[in-house]
Amino acid sequence: MNTSWGKRLVIAAPYLWLGLFFLIPFLIVLKLSFAEVVLARPPYTPLIEWLNAAGQFAPKLRVNFANYLLLLSDDLYIRSFLISLRIAFFATLIALAVGYPLAYAMARAPESWRAILVMLVILPFWTSFLIRVYAWIGILKNEGLLNAALMAVGIISKPLVIMNTDWAVYIGIVYSYLPFMVLPLYAALEKQDPSLLEAAADLGAPPWKAFWTVTVPLSLPGIVAGSLLVFIPAVGEFVIPDILGGSGTLMIGKTLWAEFFNNRDWPLASAIAVVLLVVLVVPIVWFQRQQAARAVEDGR
Amino acid sequence: MNASRLSTVNIVALTIGFAFLYVPILILIVFSFNESRLVTVWAGFSTKWYAALLENRQIMDAAWITLRVAIVSATVATIIGTLAGLTLARFVRFRGRTLFTGMIYAPLVMPEVITGLALLLLFVALDWDRGYWTVTLAHATFSMAYVAVIVQSRLVGFDRSLEEAAMDLGATPLRTFFAVTLTLIAPALIAGWLLAFTLSLDDLVIASFASGPGATTLPMRIYSQVRLGVTPEINAISTILIAIVACGAVAATLVQKRSLVLRRRAEAAARADV
Repeated sequence: MNTSWGKRLVIAAPYLWLGLFFLIPFLIVLKLSFAEVVLARPPYTPLIEWLNAAGQFAPKLRVNFANYLLLLSDDLYIRSFLISLRIAFFATLIALAVGYPLAYAMARAPESWRAILVMLVILPFWTSFLIRVYAWIGILKNEGLLNAALMAVGIISKPLVIMNTDWAVYIGIVYSYLPFMVLPLYAALEKQDPSLLEAAADLGAPPWKAFWTVTVPLSLPGIVAGSLLVFIPAVGEFVIPDILGGSGTLMIGKTLWAEFFNNRDWPLASAIAVVLLVVLVVPIVWFQRQQAARAVEDGR
Repeated sequence: MNASRLSTVNIVALTIGFAFLYVPILILIVFSFNESRLVTVWAGFSTKWYAALLENRQIMDAAWITLRVAIVSATVATIIGTLAGLTLARFVRFRGRTLFTGMIYAPLVMPEVITGLALLLLFVALDWDRGYWTVTLAHATFSMAYVAVIVQSRLVGFDRSLEEAAMDLGATPLRTFFAVTLTLIAPALIAGWLLAFTLSLDDLVIASFASGPGATTLPMRIYSQVRLGVTPEINAISTILIAIVACGAVAATLVQKRSLVLRRRAEAAARADV
């Protein structure tokens, strides 16, 4: 029938596109992670060799686990993963601590302000990530504005070393990802019925208790969504540790980049990507479930 | 008494939060007009770094490529993303829906290094020359997910009775789609296009993987200069980019808001008729 063909077409176009440009590329990454690096174009061995040395047809599967064994045995990679997870975890907590009061205040602001406040949170997200990270260099470096200001006031006598340390990476991640934390929190807080807090107050709960027993639990979906939106990309972050962090800030996105661009070891870079995906699959699936559930809820 | 104390706390939270978000950007903009080459010492107002930009062939070439990539990829992303958003909102049950929603939501959070590497390996496997077209395809792919989500949320609050009315009056499904559905979700398409455009304009990591010789985008050019240190030229080009993006964002918000006002007015009028 006419409509069912239309429906099939509507589904098929994005499906095929995403299959070709999103799904298949991941399968290639997986395949390549079992290859060996060679000095050739492209710089890796094929997974299946169709011809033997004599040129006869004799398919042979060549699976190389060396990349994964290297990842498990070399301290550099294990440390990269652990440092990335640690930095992403604490940066998420800090972003939550900074974002929650902001989102709360936005949700309690007069209704006529709210659209503008939301817009003010979204605007930095539209502005270039790279530029926003770059903006911090002039502030954080030893002879930068922050040190100049602190020394002018007399709080410190010699410059604080923040640039090229983990601190700068934390600041960069919290700053860059704050809108992702604030918007879901705001959405959850704004929906809350103020009469619930009044009821808690009528029943004798002091404001802080009402906040912890009513407001926070009801905003849990926003906390989860915001935290996942910060944590997942932060683990694989490249730009922030590369620009603000020092050579000691080993984050896995930076390591992958270096293996690919500097060492031209495509198979090892692929293996790192596969392991990173395995590490992140739980939070990613959690995020998808939550989004899909929310979409269904909105549809009702 | 209680309320006023709360609002003081709230005002402090708003002030600190927005200062944190905006002061670094403002400093960057201010120092793009600095006379001195030093980015931390103010030496008087000057627009000479903007003039220097126009002379810089590398930057101007990169800006032109970036603009072309952004326009084409945003258009492709809007077309396919709209179909994807329709699928998400309308077709609740079909074989492979779980995989489909997974492929829509995953690019939103996927670390860029993984997406970039995966796309590069696809282009190598297909033996496509890397350059303008591969960057455009890569950008269209990751920004269509954003368009899909925007279109989907618009369709969710959508009154189906208008479509039914058009069909009852004899319009074909295709005609109904173009005359009714598309008109009503047009603000979401514009907002989605603008978002896809700015995402493409900003992207460094995916472009670095997907690009080849002769297709260096502006973020790639900025990145290679940033590694050498802070310079007023980068502040100047950043300020221009921020201005463009801010205009786009404000336009997108206004479009969405205006359509909301119009819709409410139409709904109120419809109620008054009844």
